[in-house]
Amino acid sequence: MPIIDVRNLRKRYSEKVVVDDVTFSVGEGEIFGILGPNGAGKTTTVECVAGMRPLDGGAVTVLGRDPRRERDEVRERLGVQLQEARLPDRIRVGEALDLYASFHPSSADTGQLLETLGIADKRDTQYRRLSGGQKQRVSIALALVGRPVVTILDELTTGLDPQARRDTWELIEDVRDSGVTIVLVTHFMDEAERLCDRLALIDSGRIAALDTPAGLVTRAAPEQQVTFRAPREFDEQLLAARPEVVSAHRRGRRVRVTGRDGLLHAVTSVLAREHVIAEDLRVERSSLDDAFVALTGRSPES
Amino acid sequence: MSTGTERKSPVSALVRLTVTEARLLTREPTAVVLGILTPTAVMLGLGSLPMLREPNPQFGGLRFVDTWAPTALILGMGILCVQYLPSVLAAYREKGVLRRMSTTPVHPGMLLTAQLIVVFAAAVLSAVILVLSSWLFLDVEPPSQPLLFTVAFVVGAASLIALGILIAAVAPSASAANGLSMALYMLLMLVGGVFLPRVFLPDLLVRMGEFTPPGAQLLLESWSGNAGDAGLSQLVQLGIMAGVAVVVAALAARLFRWE
Repeated sequence: MPIIDVRNLRKRYSEKVVVDDVTFSVGEGEIFGILGPNGAGKTTTVECVAGMRPLDGGAVTVLGRDPRRERDEVRERLGVQLQEARLPDRIRVGEALDLYASFHPSSADTGQLLETLGIADKRDTQYRRLSGGQKQRVSIALALVGRPVVTILDELTTGLDPQARRDTWELIEDVRDSGVTIVLVTHFMDEAERLCDRLALIDSGRIAALDTPAGLVTRAAPEQQVTFRAPREFDEQLLAARPEVVSAHRRGRRVRVTGRDGLLHAVTSVLAREHVIAEDLRVERSSLDDAFVALTGRSPES
Repeated sequence: MSTGTERKSPVSALVRLTVTEARLLTREPTAVVLGILTPTAVMLGLGSLPMLREPNPQFGGLRFVDTWAPTALILGMGILCVQYLPSVLAAYREKGVLRRMSTTPVHPGMLLTAQLIVVFAAAVLSAVILVLSSWLFLDVEPPSQPLLFTVAFVVGAASLIALGILIAAVAPSASAANGLSMALYMLLMLVGGVFLPRVFLPDLLVRMGEFTPPGAQLLLESWSGNAGDAGLSQLVQLGIMAGVAVVVAALAARLFRWE
């Protein structure tokens, strides 16, 4: 049984359709990414999963239950970290955690949770005195305090500095390793590529693609490129003879080879055979950014 | 991340919410000073003027401080119920505090309930301090009809709290809530005799005090025993105020948006 199952989900606000025929399912232990530009319908999708909004069409189950009709059962097993949900300014971190723990029939040890999230020393600090990264950690802690089976984390790293983002990523991996299934909503390609096992790419309320990050990249841009610097006497057309190679070009000392799977091996074996010392050899794959542009026809940050 | 598996009841969530909200109130120095201590401070301040402690025929032989005590009470009730309460609730909505709670097994209505318990308790505390200090320092007799006074206070506070929640319900933002509550507060204080003692108010405004929350006329009558020239009987005034509280509360409940 999938942890989350979404079938043909439709949602509109007045006349505007914001989620249109979205279907996906999330398996146990996965980090499942919902990726798309701002306003694509990501948050609305997860709000429907969390039972916060009525559906206009389709069906959603969480652990086999309807999140609206069986909201209590679902809420006890689903932890949600919402985008831009703050806490009262003067509440202390420990108080907030103890308070939210009291909302759940079974709760995590809050001291241990703060320890895990690296904010144990902030237990007596008021919320307003925390940094952006610390606030996000508190938010994650609140999503986990009810010991959920699955948790939704919406735009977790927006507004964080690069170091805090990296720390947060490690944290998410730790959470997954502790056995919690994660739905990660993000508009950052690097974040999705680094963390997610599978991704649903959402654009204008529809799923544009659903695959592993590598699968999405390959699908959008199946070719790889290898570049290196070689002595002028090396004839790059020796490479073009190999079946893995589609084309080889030279500009000055820099050689650029385009090809399919096994390209790197083909290039290095030719270089070894010719006794050529290649300098600055690089494999260039297209990124999820490129894949996004290829699959939706626009830039992800727009 | 484990341990601690005992079952928890909704009551325990409400108790914890109430305790937390009470703590948060005590951490807002302005709310504590303004809401709880202002009535007493203003009362003692005015009472320090000898002139206002002399019996005055204009007040039916009573002293100014005797007739003004209920007004000081209304001053504090208004700050807590009509200003503090809606600003907190509107800020909670704007910040997503209510939205976050709606993802947990406990409905955000519990937070609202906890908040109004705290505000009511603060209003009671403010009233107790005012009554006691007026009695001790200014010889203002404690309410002559304690039971009626208590009921009038509870019903009056309920009507103000309902108004406060209504403001939070209809205000699109925290700053809009602050604007609305300030306007309403001014109106209530005018009728309550804060700007001009009620004996000097035009007849129309005095009569309004029988109808508008929190029921200035009834609080005055049950405290100083000076009925003045009241038009309506005390029970009718009480009934009106209870009616206002129920209608406004129902309206607020209908209109309240959680996000």
